[in-house]
Amino acid sequence: MSDDSTENAKSMSIIVTKGSLDWAYPPFILGTTAAAMDMKVTMFFTFYGLALLKKKLNLKFTTLGNPAMEMPMMGGHMAMPNLLSVMPGVGGAAGKMMKNLMKQKGVASIEDLREASVDLEIRMIACQMTLDLFEYTTDDMIDGIELGGAATYMEVASKSDINLFI
Amino acid sequence: MAVHELNAEGLNCPLPILKAKKMLKGLAAGDVLKIRSTDPGSVADFSAFCTHTGNKLLSSSSEGDVYLFEIERV
Repeated sequence: MSDDSTENAKSMSIIVTKGSLDWAYPPFILGTTAAAMDMKVTMFFTFYGLALLKKKLNLKFTTLGNPAMEMPMMGGHMAMPNLLSVMPGVGGAAGKMMKNLMKQKGVASIEDLREASVDLEIRMIACQMTLDLFEYTTDDMIDGIELGGAATYMEVASKSDINLFI
Repeated sequence: MAVHELNAEGLNCPLPILKAKKMLKGLAAGDVLKIRSTDPGSVADFSAFCTHTGNKLLSSSSEGDVYLFEIERV
């Protein structure tokens, strides 16, 4: 970016720990927006958050254990009982329903937001330990990411104005 | 001074901001970007965006369900 190189530019770091469809949104929305506001942004992907760096995203979400989740339906709202989630196909159907709803409401896809993150030069660090633990290599991940560990994150965080854990 | 236009109708947070930023980047200082949005949240968001980035929010208005913004690139 042309106008963010000033020394007083603000900075933000985010630890991304979750990889479901719904939880993928907050880090990518805040990260891209901060970068668009000329902040220097670093995202550290660890544990299930690492899935958000995979070349092919196949994000799902579960209705299980989420009593606050209500889907708009026929002018009202329908809660998703836990019991529903054990029925075959319900998880997939809920995911599809959510993606359709998002498209209809003009909400960006995670793929689009991730692409925007690359365009906005967000520094994306994959947790080396998590890669080892879940047996992934950088070949499974998108290009342009870095590898690092807790010390790498702490070094960034100690200099950032905003540090989030999501 | 050139005037550019961005139609962000139908897009939800944070897309109007991201698209505006992308266009502003390519503009010369003094150029104006006119934006149309249908996201009610964009009223507060473009104001915050301009305050933080230093770009000038020349106007913020609405026409029916459409919100109109004029931003001058610094």
